[in-house]
Amino acid sequence: MLNIQDLHVQINGKEIIKGLHFSVNKGEVHAIMGPNGTGKSTLANVIAGKEQYEVTGGSITYKGLNLLDLAPEDRAREGIFLGFQYPVEIPGVSMTNFMRTAINEQRKYKGLPPMAAGDFLRYMKEKQQLVELQDKLSNRSVNEGFSGGEKKRNEIFQMAMLEPELAILDETDSGLDIDALKIVANGVNKLRRPDNATVVITHYQRLLDFIVPDFVHVLYEGRIVKSGGKELALELEEKGYEWIKGI
Amino acid sequence: MDNKIMVPEPERMQALFREAAGSLTLGNNGHFSALRNEAMQTFSRLGYPNRRQEAWKYTDLEAALQVPYRIQLIPSEERADASKIFQCEIHNFETYLFSLLNGSYVWEHSPVSVLPDGTVVGSLRAAALQYPELFAHHYGKYADIRNGALEALNTAFAMDGIFIWVPDGVEVEKPIQMVNIVNLKENVFIQPRNLIIIGKNAKLTLVHCDDSVQHQKNFTNAVTEFIIGENSELDYYKLQNKDDDATLINNNYFHLSDYSRLTSNTLTYNGGLIRNESKVKIDGSGAEANLYGLYLMDRKQHVDNRVFVDHAKPHSVSNELYKGIIDDDASAAFYGHILVQRDAQQTNAYQNNRNITLTDRARVETNPFLEIYADDVKCSHGATVGQLDQDALFYLKSRGICDRNARMLLMYAFAAEIAGKITIPALRVRTEEMIEKRLKGELSICDQCVLHCKDQPEFRIDMSLV
Ligand SMILES: Nc1ncnc2c1ncn2[C@@H]1O[C@H](COP(=O)(O)OP(=O)(O)OP(=O)(O)O)[C@@H](O)[C@H]1O
Ligand SMILES: [Mg+2]
Repeated sequence: MLNIQDLHVQINGKEIIKGLHFSVNKGEVHAIMGPNGTGKSTLANVIAGKEQYEVTGGSITYKGLNLLDLAPEDRAREGIFLGFQYPVEIPGVSMTNFMRTAINEQRKYKGLPPMAAGDFLRYMKEKQQLVELQDKLSNRSVNEGFSGGEKKRNEIFQMAMLEPELAILDETDSGLDIDALKIVANGVNKLRRPDNATVVITHYQRLLDFIVPDFVHVLYEGRIVKSGGKELALELEEKGYEWIKGI
Repeated sequence: MDNKIMVPEPERMQALFREAAGSLTLGNNGHFSALRNEAMQTFSRLGYPNRRQEAWKYTDLEAALQVPYRIQLIPSEERADASKIFQCEIHNFETYLFSLLNGSYVWEHSPVSVLPDGTVVGSLRAAALQYPELFAHHYGKYADIRNGALEALNTAFAMDGIFIWVPDGVEVEKPIQMVNIVNLKENVFIQPRNLIIIGKNAKLTLVHCDDSVQHQKNFTNAVTEFIIGENSELDYYKLQNKDDDATLINNNYFHLSDYSRLTSNTLTYNGGLIRNESKVKIDGSGAEANLYGLYLMDRKQHVDNRVFVDHAKPHSVSNELYKGIIDDDASAAFYGHILVQRDAQQTNAYQNNRNITLTDRARVETNPFLEIYADDVKCSHGATVGQLDQDALFYLKSRGICDRNARMLLMYAFAAEIAGKITIPALRVRTEEMIEKRLKGELSICDQCVLHCKDQPEFRIDMSLV
């Protein structure tokens, strides 16, 4: 589904991703771990299409498409979803309006008619329940004044609404209390299907108790330096990143 | 001598004033001719404002003043039913409608009407005869004809405009809508003069539309004095949709008494050169003034909003929020001056001006100015000029929203904050639609009304939940 070869990425002339290889198949769950500032969010943002990052080498193909040729909105319409590490507050744009515009644009791309207002509200309610997101939040501006945990839950809610094929969740677990963590993980698990895939970026092995990954990767200084099964996460927890640096 | 066509140079305006002196009458009271003479002296001394003056640094009248105009000296008797010449397109918008056509009050049966609740609305010059005491008390008392050249010029030549008097205790049930239409197949220079008096414990909602239709050059130099009595309320909306050949100068003077409340909302959608000056004198304690504005300019348009709030008495609140989106080669200026006088203790005064520029040619000058002589006050000001938030844009796009709609959502959200302050639902809804159309570039000067829109937008933004 996703295939990244020898990716090099710069921001403001500084190389952050330095020859990264990574691939994901349908039905898989991958976890990416690694110390702060090693390029995890950079990788996620490059996949989602953030313009500020400059890809200086390598390739990304997604469902056979050259992903780097697609505008961010087209990537989303092709099924890519990024759960932001830092969701953006957008005063004056309501969650409802935002989601309705997003859903209808995605439907239009697929040749479907816009969703009727009533159907949309019902659909939204259903998905809110999935992540136990309070009703009242949908009447507020996007992320504005949301608590840290609410913002993260809101990301999962959007994912539930958009039903992506490839979801990349960038530290969706950070800032969540244990109950919220379970709710978020539960949401992710319920949305899992044999034909979609999930990449979770996390610092904490405990998330992986709830979202069980097929593969764990360690990203260090712009490269994936180690990959393994879920036991790799436990090993990392135990030995710390010093161990990786030693490799 | 009646209506001359000429370049309105100061010397020629003086000559015209001398020639016309006999016919420039308002009311039957000598008071106004003395006022006129004084005003003319001021104008003769000052001439037109120019860019060497600090207050006019960003607004250049020079080109507009080199055009020959028909100088509308004596009002033409405009006999018509106002609702016939002007059709307001706002749905469910019930108003008492009155209008000025090329500066002259339009009436069918009587130049002065009395509404069922006792409110008087009419032509300024007819009202001056009928209500000499009110005029003696208020007319020309607030507009600064000693320092303001354009106020002085207006006062020297003022012959007509709209007069409204809301007597004590009357809450006018429907909004009053006054529409200034400029519609002549030649260039015209007009100077409407309005007087709005609200008694005690009274309430008025006033919707004031500036419109022009002919794509002829026209110059409007308007002065309006508003007197808001004790414990009274004025909700004032100014909607401006002028064509690109229009020059519009609006001088609004608001006088607030004890416990009075003013909300003024200036919505500028279009116009070649527009200058709105709002001067608010808080001459009572416990008063409140909210001043909002929104301007959406493109092409080579220019708007200059100046707000002066003078807190002369204690325990009052003023709150200003002006927002603008500037596209293409358009430009905007904002100047906000809050003066808190020594006696105005426990004043709260806030001021904020926020701008988004969409091109690197769009220009914005914003100048907040606080002048505070009392010590127990809360004041703040802020001014920003920026582009759309790139992170917000990416966030929207990452959900599948295209660049154009993502920008539209952000601009709309920015602008809609001001529309959200409108308390008349029908007007708010229409304003939101106007903003949407304006941002999508679908709004042009339509046939008649400032709020006339022909087609329904294909992409609806649902603001009900914002
Ligand atoms: N806009 C930017 N300008 C300059 N440097 C940047 C920018 N964005 C990211 N970086 C740098 O790129 C490096 C990688 O950042 P990135 O956010 O990808 O790290 P991360 O692995 O997600 O870290 P964390 O675990 O703290 O979230 C960091 O050194 C960061 O400072
Ligand atoms: Mg990160």
